[in-house]
Amino acid sequence: MNLAAATLAELRTLLDTKKISSSELVDFFRARIEKHNPKLNVYLTVCDPESAAGTGPLAGIPLAIKDNFCTKGIRTTASAKLLDSFISPYDATVISRLKEAGALVQGKTNMDAWAHGSSTETSDYGPTLNPWDTTRVPGGSSGGSAAATAAALAPAAIGSETAGSIRGPASWCGVIGVKPTYGRVSRYGVIAMGSSLDCPGPFSRTIEDSALLLQIIAGKDPFDATSAEEAVPDYTAEMKKKRTFTIGIADEYLEGVQEDVRKNFDQTKKELEKMGHTFKKISLIPPKYSISVYTILQRAEVSSNLSRYDGIRYGEKRTAFTAEAKRRIMLGTYTLSHGYYDAYYKKAQQVRTLLIEDFRRVFRDVDLIMAPSGPVTALKLGEFEKYPFFGEIMDVLYEPGAIAGLPAISIPTGLDSNSLPIGMQFMANYFSEGALLDIGYQYEQETGFHGISKQLIDRYA
Amino acid sequence: MKYPYPIIGLEIHVELKTKSKMFCQCSADYFGKAPNSQVCPVCLGLPGALPVPNKTAVEWTIRIAQALGCTVPERSKFDRKHYFYPDLPKGYQISQYDEPIGINGRVAISDGIERKEFRIRRVHIEEDTGKLIHKGGETLIDFNRSSVPLVEIVTEADFHNSGDVKRFLEELQVIIRTLDVANADMEKGDMRLEPNISVLYLEKGQKWDGKTFPKYKVEVKNINSFRFAKMAIDYELERQTKLLENGETPVQETRGFNEKTNATVSQRTKEDAHDYRYFPEPDIPVMVFGKSYLERIRQSLPELPTPRAERLVAELGLRFQDAFLITRVKSTADLYEMLVAKMGKDKSQKIANHIVNRKVDVTAPVEEVVSAMEALFAEKNADPALLEKAVADVCAANGKVVTDYKNGKQQALMFLVGQVMRQMRGQADAADVTAALRKYLD
Ligand SMILES: [Zn+2]
Repeated sequence: MNLAAATLAELRTLLDTKKISSSELVDFFRARIEKHNPKLNVYLTVCDPESAAGTGPLAGIPLAIKDNFCTKGIRTTASAKLLDSFISPYDATVISRLKEAGALVQGKTNMDAWAHGSSTETSDYGPTLNPWDTTRVPGGSSGGSAAATAAALAPAAIGSETAGSIRGPASWCGVIGVKPTYGRVSRYGVIAMGSSLDCPGPFSRTIEDSALLLQIIAGKDPFDATSAEEAVPDYTAEMKKKRTFTIGIADEYLEGVQEDVRKNFDQTKKELEKMGHTFKKISLIPPKYSISVYTILQRAEVSSNLSRYDGIRYGEKRTAFTAEAKRRIMLGTYTLSHGYYDAYYKKAQQVRTLLIEDFRRVFRDVDLIMAPSGPVTALKLGEFEKYPFFGEIMDVLYEPGAIAGLPAISIPTGLDSNSLPIGMQFMANYFSEGALLDIGYQYEQETGFHGISKQLIDRYA
Repeated sequence: MKYPYPIIGLEIHVELKTKSKMFCQCSADYFGKAPNSQVCPVCLGLPGALPVPNKTAVEWTIRIAQALGCTVPERSKFDRKHYFYPDLPKGYQISQYDEPIGINGRVAISDGIERKEFRIRRVHIEEDTGKLIHKGGETLIDFNRSSVPLVEIVTEADFHNSGDVKRFLEELQVIIRTLDVANADMEKGDMRLEPNISVLYLEKGQKWDGKTFPKYKVEVKNINSFRFAKMAIDYELERQTKLLENGETPVQETRGFNEKTNATVSQRTKEDAHDYRYFPEPDIPVMVFGKSYLERIRQSLPELPTPRAERLVAELGLRFQDAFLITRVKSTADLYEMLVAKMGKDKSQKIANHIVNRKVDVTAPVEEVVSAMEALFAEKNADPALLEKAVADVCAANGKVVTDYKNGKQQALMFLVGQVMRQMRGQADAADVTAALRKYLD
């Protein structure tokens, strides 16, 4: 079998039956990284993990970790030169849980600096290239983790999303990405972007792998006061429930979407209808409000969160912040300034409450909401700046759900006319990650994701 | 003819003596510890670290707020207060802005003749900062104190002389110690005072309306004792009055008190006033206290010193001065009431006299204090033969105590006095017993 394409479950069997050792597995992926990373720029740091003789479900299996997760003894930069020499003295809760499950850190993946971006082009270490077409970006901010999963430079990966940073790159790289409910997965040790929005989540090539990873990282964390008390269900069982869903479709999510993506949306809808699911039109508060709310809250929180890099520690001055971070710090500082707080931040929080109510209303009628994971497929390097319009539609697709803290999944549903992957996203009510895995698994069982991930891995021998 | 009228409001910080810090598990007991030995990612403000509030610290702040007569709303939240300073590792301090733990309180001080009330504007909880150490041209940072729980108490501008401030601070210290939530030691920095001082000129015979304030106010920092608090305020009032008399308006600024010169010096003027950019701390959910939870805390509050003194005066007819002194330390007041219950209300003033005049050691074990007190009340003219026998018996039975006494331990004698008094069933005078024992032993 092709070890590169093996799922976590298959690797577990290979390791348990001693067909392969953990160190061989690590070496195998390291060799792939050495071969492909110089071109793709997926990893910022490649580790030399000591394989522990653990017994957990991930014992001996290496994973790619987004570089905004603190990893003990390993350089952690969030792709920002300001943290170029920061070696974290502690593990993020997600990392310690993965380690308890036996996982190894294969390396730290590239991202937009401080997670400020949707392409990895704002990384202070250069962009990650999309393995499907290296003239294109992988999406962001978790572009490195998505690309690592797609090109099999790791069996699976961990990323984080504030609004679209998991769903976006998952769709552009043709893999699965899960953005859990806010609070479902601990943020402790994740370099903060928008504290009231950030959600860690997995990337994988099968739904089962995402279910396994989510199972390990989800749950109340005494080190994160905003982590949820809700019991964590058995996601693998949830995945296999074969529920029949009522799926909502909002016109707002389809405006300005590229033709190939739109066609794929209709195609996916048909496939799901054939499987017994029904669709229902829904209407939401106009997304322009979500976009304003998101921009204000996120910039305010960014300006505050980045104030700890005060030039005294970490070996760099605040001048080491690059353009995007500076822009966000300035805007956020402005909105929090004396006399502006009520007009901006406070009002945004009030509108946020209305948006949450609106989603609660919608989820009384439907189980899931389906939308394209992006209005377009992967853009060329540098193209982002040329299409501010796409950016806005992208915002429409991610930001309402993100500010409400809803869970979502992006799955690969086809290729466009340029052979670039297309992704569809499903959003669900709070803590309904199980339903998202269920719909994804049903689709996977039915279509095998049209063999998308295998096509790419075959190209990266 | 106008006269100067001082207007003073206080901001007091009290460090709680909780086991762990405000937002992490590190020990909050940093005094005398090696620099940066009580730190973790949270109190160092490392990337990704998150604060988790200390429930005990929140509860103790509620206790303080309730004891100061505040309303404790059922909802309270944390906010971030931003400013850059090397001892503030996150670039913001987690504090409370518009929804503090306690609001609208009142504290009374009394000297038995006059009772004065001062309004408390708010009581909130926040985290302390690290400490800068200036050494050999270098500045070092010790983060041991970073994130130690700090309660801020803000009064209304209800003070008009330095004496009241000093008495209020003493009362506050006694209240907080009675609650057993902080050491409140000003010399050690457990309790810090920042008064806001200004002077208003009023027409002769005119009373202050309580809402007209001068165009400026001066905040004074670095005050490390009650005595210095009085000195700093007096100095500042004199300085400001002189300026005003010369037709100048004092500058709105922060000044530091210098213990060597007993003067205040300018530290920071209004021009560098901060915009703290407060906003709700997104890392900590809003706190909602149940009615029953708040009521349970209220029920558990000990009786506070001044109300207790007033009760002792009312119930026992005690002199206020004695009641006041006895109630300054909770254990002494408890002991006093126990003795009165045991020995009778008719002896309450005499018992008080003995305590106030230090005739008994109130820190000694309770039984000994009781015997010693009984001894003080015992009748005179005991049978010398019986006394001699009792002395001999007690000394024979307490060889170790006798040795202790011979080795210079004066307390041992008090114990023996108590024992002899007991054997004499109170039929002896303490002074006689003491004399008999001394004679027997020396
Ligand atoms: Zn700590």
